[in-house]
Amino acid sequence: MTPGGSQPYLTSPRDVRNEDLGRMTVASEPLESLTTNAGSEAVNPSSDVLRFGADKPLQLDAGTLLSPFQIAYRTYGTLNADKSNAILICHALTGDQHCASTNPVTGKPGWWENLIGPGKPVDTDRFFVICSNVIGGCMGSTGPASPNPATGKPFALDLPVITIRDMVRAQAMLVDHFGIDRLFSVIGGSMGGMQVLQWASSYPERVHTAIALATGARHTSQNIAFHEVGRQAVIADPEWQQGRYLEKGTRPSKGLAVARMAAHVTYLSEAALHRKFGRNLQDRDAPSFGFDADFQIESYLRHQGLTFVDRFDANSYLYMTRAMDYFDLAADHEGQLAEAFRGTRTRFCLVSFTSDWLFPTFENRAIVHALNATGASVSFVEVESDKGHDAFLLDEPVMTATINGFIMSAAKSRGLAQ
Amino acid sequence: MTVNSTNRIDFEVIASLVADGARVLDIGSGDGTLLEILQERRNIDGRGIELSQRGVNECVARGLSVIQGDADHDLVHYPDQSFDYVILSQTIQATHNPKIVLDELLRIGRHAIVSFPNFGYWRVRASLMFKGRMPVTRDLPYSWYDTPNIHFCTMRDFVSLTKEVGATIDRAEALNGAGQKLAVSMPWSLWNLFGQQAVFLLRR
Repeated sequence: MTPGGSQPYLTSPRDVRNEDLGRMTVASEPLESLTTNAGSEAVNPSSDVLRFGADKPLQLDAGTLLSPFQIAYRTYGTLNADKSNAILICHALTGDQHCASTNPVTGKPGWWENLIGPGKPVDTDRFFVICSNVIGGCMGSTGPASPNPATGKPFALDLPVITIRDMVRAQAMLVDHFGIDRLFSVIGGSMGGMQVLQWASSYPERVHTAIALATGARHTSQNIAFHEVGRQAVIADPEWQQGRYLEKGTRPSKGLAVARMAAHVTYLSEAALHRKFGRNLQDRDAPSFGFDADFQIESYLRHQGLTFVDRFDANSYLYMTRAMDYFDLAADHEGQLAEAFRGTRTRFCLVSFTSDWLFPTFENRAIVHALNATGASVSFVEVESDKGHDAFLLDEPVMTATINGFIMSAAKSRGLAQ
Repeated sequence: MTVNSTNRIDFEVIASLVADGARVLDIGSGDGTLLEILQERRNIDGRGIELSQRGVNECVARGLSVIQGDADHDLVHYPDQSFDYVILSQTIQATHNPKIVLDELLRIGRHAIVSFPNFGYWRVRASLMFKGRMPVTRDLPYSWYDTPNIHFCTMRDFVSLTKEVGATIDRAEALNGAGQKLAVSMPWSLWNLFGQQAVFLLRR
């Protein structure tokens, strides 16, 4: 199913058709200014792409329709005959669809190969795994770097603000495409966990099990604050050009790198930083009495910032952080989080990490309590770890064992053979 | 949170008290043995709360819906009368506030089942009487300074607590060291002396 056919950006607004089609950029012709890998993957992804034409717009919480739009995705494993073995993986803020295979931009292994693959807890020999780039992202799903059909230029900030619910609505359309009524599981951490919760709330009958890691039912004030620091760093970079940097041939790399540096600190923990870097100096025996990267931690953060800008679009970073900021599942139900899950028959598994100060245990536990209040079936473990928020992406044996046990027993109850 | 890891002779009695197909909340699920017994024999819809990470992991790996938490803090989130039975087995003596916990059990469950080691058991009394020491037995293996059991009580103490919280005792069983039920015809004073463990079925 590729609604829109061979001209994916041919859309319903009449004004587009005649004047703009000539200079519109279609998926097969990357924008000239998008010279980096990240840029070309944003418009012309190497993974599978599902295009939705004017007949299938995406309703956005911002109150408008997004049409046409596209979803870039990867699948692993085989869908069984009765389509009961599908697992949807939801990625985090700067993640992508390449959860269990080499990333085409960085050349690095998939970001969740600890968990997903043959013989892993999310066993691709047994399950059909779907992972899509979220709407607003920059790895091939429609986002701020995608061409705006109305102008032929990148959307930049003309793309409406995207919410977690918008992302999930788009994912549901992708799941429909496979003819899957009910997902065996929806799994994700951090922003991915928010999508998991939104899935369970929006489509309870379509979610057999939900596994949400290191997440919250809302973004806290402190988390919004950190995101705002990051956004302002991007916006303050003169190369950002009011968001129109792709057309102007510039890149707000400095601003985005600073945003990443600040954010990266929030993904770790004091203990992990101390263990890894302490106050060790970088390639020198004494402080320089200047502002070079004297300390290893400074050098490390600068490296994190620099490599990030090669793979991520600055405007997409604004949209992703905004989506998380706006997430508040209880607010959608008159402040009662339990109401978001009333009557649910989904089996939930939640995991938090002791050193995660971005989504601390009490935020995760608030979800557990809301689920308890509705009588939902829920398993919850707080994993002892000093690796901070990032722990959910790392090799954490207790987390792995928990997820493995939960999936095994749920598969048995769903009648999925070994 | 199940703090005494010896063989659990109270499970048989508890299983006999639970009706088929009931909704059950097991507080202090341990490794999930009781919930599993109840699922197999009574086809219950079970949930659990367990303090230890290892216990929770074992439970989750067994396919049980168990959360990490404890009786003192996590019961407040459950709605009134949301379970047919709330079970607190071998755990009340390890809670910070047994009275509030018992109150919560009776609020959440239509029935509450509480089992605990009886501190009035003759061996316990004998240890104090003849050795002048806090008892360390096979079933109460901890020294006084490292025991999680901070609120021991005798059967009689517990009965008076049930009165204080306005609970009705539907059934009571006392088990001797071999796990056998003591005769119902015995007076409380003898149960309190020869019962090593006690199991109560309560409601309000």
